Amino acid sequence: MSELTLTVMRLGFLAVLWLFVIVAVQVIRSDLFGTKVTQRGTRRAAAAAEQRPPQQRQQQPQAQQGRNNRQRRGAPTKLVVSEGSLTGTTVALQGQTITLGRAHDSTIVLDDDYASSRHARIYPDRDGQWIVEDLGSTNGTYLDRTRLTTPTPVPLGAPIRIGKTVIELRK
Amino acid sequence: MSTVTNTTTISSIGAPNRRNTELVLLLFAVLVPVLAYANVGLAKDGSVPGGLLGYGLGLGLLAGVAHLMVRRFAPYADPLMLPIATLLNGLGLVFIYRLDLEPAVTTRGLGGPKAPGQLLWSALAVAVFIGILVLLKDHRILQRYTYISGAVALVLLIAPVFFPAINGSKLWIVIPGLGSIQPGEFAKIILAVFFAGYLMVKRDALALASRRFLGLYWPRGRDLGPILAIWALSMMILVLEDDLGSTLLYFGLFVVMLYVATERTSWVVFGLLLASGGATAVGMTSGHVKVRIQNWLDPFAGIAQHGATEAAQVLWSFGSGGVLGSGLGQGFSRLIGGIGVKSDYILATVGEELGLAGLMAVLLLYGLLIERGVRTALAARDPFGKLLAIGLSSAMALQVFVVAGGVTGLIPLTGMTMPFLAQGGSSVVANWALVAILLRISDTARRPAPAPASSPDAEPTQVVRL
Repeated sequence: MSELTLTVMRLGFLAVLWLFVIVAVQVIRSDLFGTKVTQRGTRRAAAAAEQRPPQQRQQQPQAQQGRNNRQRRGAPTKLVVSEGSLTGTTVALQGQTITLGRAHDSTIVLDDDYASSRHARIYPDRDGQWIVEDLGSTNGTYLDRTRLTTPTPVPLGAPIRIGKTVIELRK
Repeated sequence: MSTVTNTTTISSIGAPNRRNTELVLLLFAVLVPVLAYANVGLAKDGSVPGGLLGYGLGLGLLAGVAHLMVRRFAPYADPLMLPIATLLNGLGLVFIYRLDLEPAVTTRGLGGPKAPGQLLWSALAVAVFIGILVLLKDHRILQRYTYISGAVALVLLIAPVFFPAINGSKLWIVIPGLGSIQPGEFAKIILAVFFAGYLMVKRDALALASRRFLGLYWPRGRDLGPILAIWALSMMILVLEDDLGSTLLYFGLFVVMLYVATERTSWVVFGLLLASGGATAVGMTSGHVKVRIQNWLDPFAGIAQHGATEAAQVLWSFGSGGVLGSGLGQGFSRLIGGIGVKSDYILATVGEELGLAGLMAVLLLYGLLIERGVRTALAARDPFGKLLAIGLSSAMALQVFVVAGGVTGLIPLTGMTMPFLAQGGSSVVANWALVAILLRISDTARRPAPAPASSPDAEPTQVVRL
């Protein structure tokens, strides 16, 4: 065996070994699970994006409709926090139950002195209508001005108030 | 209010089933050792070794069967543990084969070639791995056997005392005609089960009932019982079996699990004090341990009178490897001599032939394996699974530390094997079993929770998911 071949083999093997390590690290990177938080830039940029009607925004609900036949036209596609410390946070509505409260495993973890640890939840009923329900909170959940006592359907754009936080469903 | 507010979107992602990723990584993990094997043959004889196909197929078959069983019995398990274990085991086989080619360390007195035996042990280890995946449907079953595990571990730890010492340490149970097994390797798994079960029940008493003194929370006298008992046991092993490494492993495992269960720093401080005090006391008295400590403090002493010690030879082989290594099959680690070249000192051959770059890659692989174990512990939903996963991964971490620290001269050398890499049947079987239990825990942890009933009538009796 020539010296050159052996040197190439030696360095080549080290390269392959490190490649495995790097691929393994990439797998770990793609393997993160839990809650995904996507930063959407500043509010100004988001506002500008909302003014133009981009194609993507239109396609998203359609794609979702294909997946979920129960979803009606004009059904809300996202939940937006419009007031309070989490202003600007959006959660995509994909048929899952959204829990609100100060507990760490809530979908939206409220940092609000007037919120209970498991304050309220928002879920779709069988017809795809979104329902808000107070989970026995101390300070109550308000839809518009009325305090909730029973699970109530949420109209599009109606403010749900929890302490200092206001949430609404949007298309 | 400022106009610059970050807009964020939150969506929950479940851990996906990553079996295809695992398959791709596994192919890679078989290919790397095959390349290394060809490399050794080319460097030693100038031709590709004849057994290449058989070795490659053998390793591939083992990995393939293990993968199919994981697909069938633990579909949501972690995708990285099996490929990393396969790669390390395959590399270990190549290094043992490479050392078998050196006549000086493959004499009849030293037991002849070890690679074929190691391949057999690896096959047995994968069979044990599959057996655990199939039979252990849920790791919480192990919780029932908390105190039985404690007793079994005690027996395994004490048993070697009654058998003759090999190489100065009493670590083996010798079965005439069959060979010897090292029960300590299995004891680390069984001890982790015992500690996890015990601490899960006692954690509150250990964590909450304490007095504050000197800025730390100190446990009550009566809660000191278990830690003192484990300490006494470890010291007894050290005295009776003359092995510093196992003592460090078992006691370290207990302190780590105690810390994780109670979140009290005082346990770590207390554990370190006890361990260093005990080790110093034994180091003063035991002859075998004293020699090891002297070799550690001054590995190059007495070379002129009676030649270089193994500790010195190991350091020289790391030095001769340099950054990029001498290349596979081109090192001089046969000069270390003795029985330990293929087992305890195998890291010296890795360091010489793959250099610092290769050694770091191998250590990173161990790091990744341990990281996946810790990740499993974080993701596990039940406290027993959490403690068991952290215990098993810290047992492996401590073992890697003791061996790597020993051969590189950071701590005194002790007779322990590098998991997967070193020659030794018990070691390879025990470590595959350890990975199987970790995979079982990670499968349970990453399995998507069953969807709750959507019926609104079910709301007053809501299921509380932990």
